[in-house]
Amino acid sequence: MGEAQQYLQLTIGAVLVYNFVLARFLGICPFLGVSKRLDTALGMSGAVIFVMTLASLITSVIYNYMLKTAITVPYLNVTTDLKFLKIVLFIVVIAALVQLVEVVLQKVSPPLYSALGIYLPLITTNCAVMGVATINSKMNYNVLQSTVFGFFSAVGFALALVLFASIRERLELAQVPRPFQGMSIALITAGILAMAFIGFSGLC
Amino acid sequence: MEEYGIYIAAFAAMAIIGAVLGCIIGIAVKIFKVEVDPRIELVTELLPGANCGGCGKAGCADFAKSVVDGENAPNKCPVASQEQVAAIAQALGVELGESMKKVAVVFCGGDKNQEKVQTLYNGVSDCISASLIAGGPKGCAYGCLGMSSCARACPFGAIEIINGLAVVHPNLCVGCGKCVDTCPRDLIKLVPVDAKVHIYCSSPEKGAVKMKVCSVPCIACRKCVKAAEEGQFDVKGFLVGVNYDAEKLPEADIVEKAKCPTGCLLTADKHVKIEESEKKDKGEAA
Repeated sequence: MGEAQQYLQLTIGAVLVYNFVLARFLGICPFLGVSKRLDTALGMSGAVIFVMTLASLITSVIYNYMLKTAITVPYLNVTTDLKFLKIVLFIVVIAALVQLVEVVLQKVSPPLYSALGIYLPLITTNCAVMGVATINSKMNYNVLQSTVFGFFSAVGFALALVLFASIRERLELAQVPRPFQGMSIALITAGILAMAFIGFSGLC
Repeated sequence: MEEYGIYIAAFAAMAIIGAVLGCIIGIAVKIFKVEVDPRIELVTELLPGANCGGCGKAGCADFAKSVVDGENAPNKCPVASQEQVAAIAQALGVELGESMKKVAVVFCGGDKNQEKVQTLYNGVSDCISASLIAGGPKGCAYGCLGMSSCARACPFGAIEIINGLAVVHPNLCVGCGKCVDTCPRDLIKLVPVDAKVHIYCSSPEKGAVKMKVCSVPCIACRKCVKAAEEGQFDVKGFLVGVNYDAEKLPEADIVEKAKCPTGCLLTADKHVKIEESEKKDKGEAA
């Protein structure tokens, strides 16, 4: 399998087949929380793509060049790698990263800062961001693969979110039976959308 | 000691990474510090903090920014009291601006007891929906539908539906104007808080037509116009209304003087009292 083919597979897999929201069920809370209107969904999508790409890059650098290498503790003569620290470390690194990005954005690009607005801090502890970091390390992706996977996973998240938001905007006008109004019809819709995405399975 | 080595390694690694990240963020905050006008924070604190959006801005902080930038005068906040506005104006050293506190009034007096029900409405309990379907259940095509659209919109809980009629509690209303847009029949208007009396009717129909569907309409008999000073009431066709732009608004005693035959000329307090007493009667009867 050529390298280009491998990346294509990674891309399609991340966006459609193993869609973060609809197949892996990660990042459900923003999926339901900010999908009421299309423009907030777009804002959230932008912020998620931005953070997930950056987070996969940084965490895979840390994982590949720090945690995977065995270190010997001086004076104690213990040799170990620190792979078991990855979840704790990823949480800390992602939270710090988002903080940093927010601070820098506020100064460097106020329009982008106000566009991403409240969504940036919201993503700090989003499980989709955490998920992409752990999947990268579990699959032993290198730094480039991790970044590509992170970016396209976020695109998959954005796709699901925008689709769902568009459907929910239509639902506002639909005559929904009273027991199904509000969140229940949204959950049913999400389920049907997830079933539709099963159609992509076997693509790669 | 060796079996503890791994814990020490983990502890050290986390401590180092934590310290490094902390330093990076600390330095970044120093380097990328954004100077925020301290006056914005000051004004935000002086504002009521209701975040009602009555000023047209996204919230109190957003409004504070526009005040500091000189885009808005402090009195554009409909919720702030005279003292609050004065404090903000003093803090910024700007003109106070002419401030007129306003309250919302629902110009309809036709509750369940007064108004005939024309059709049976079984749809969604919402005024906007009801007004779309054959004009709703009530006989008067201009009356309050009483399905809480305005009450739900009110962030301060100042509108109560009593006997199927929306009633504004003037002491709770801050005059943000959110309800005004929700009423599909445009019954709600913001009026100066000094206005003591109102004519609770908005129907432009002829008196006889109104009397067929409602027992408290304004039939434009002009008794109030004659009893009041010139310019205090406006006659528009078959409907009389208080002229809220008048230099001297009609006093509360006009209700006694005018002897309104249908009882649609009321003070705001009296209106609330009447509706509440009718609620009580009905409760006892049932």
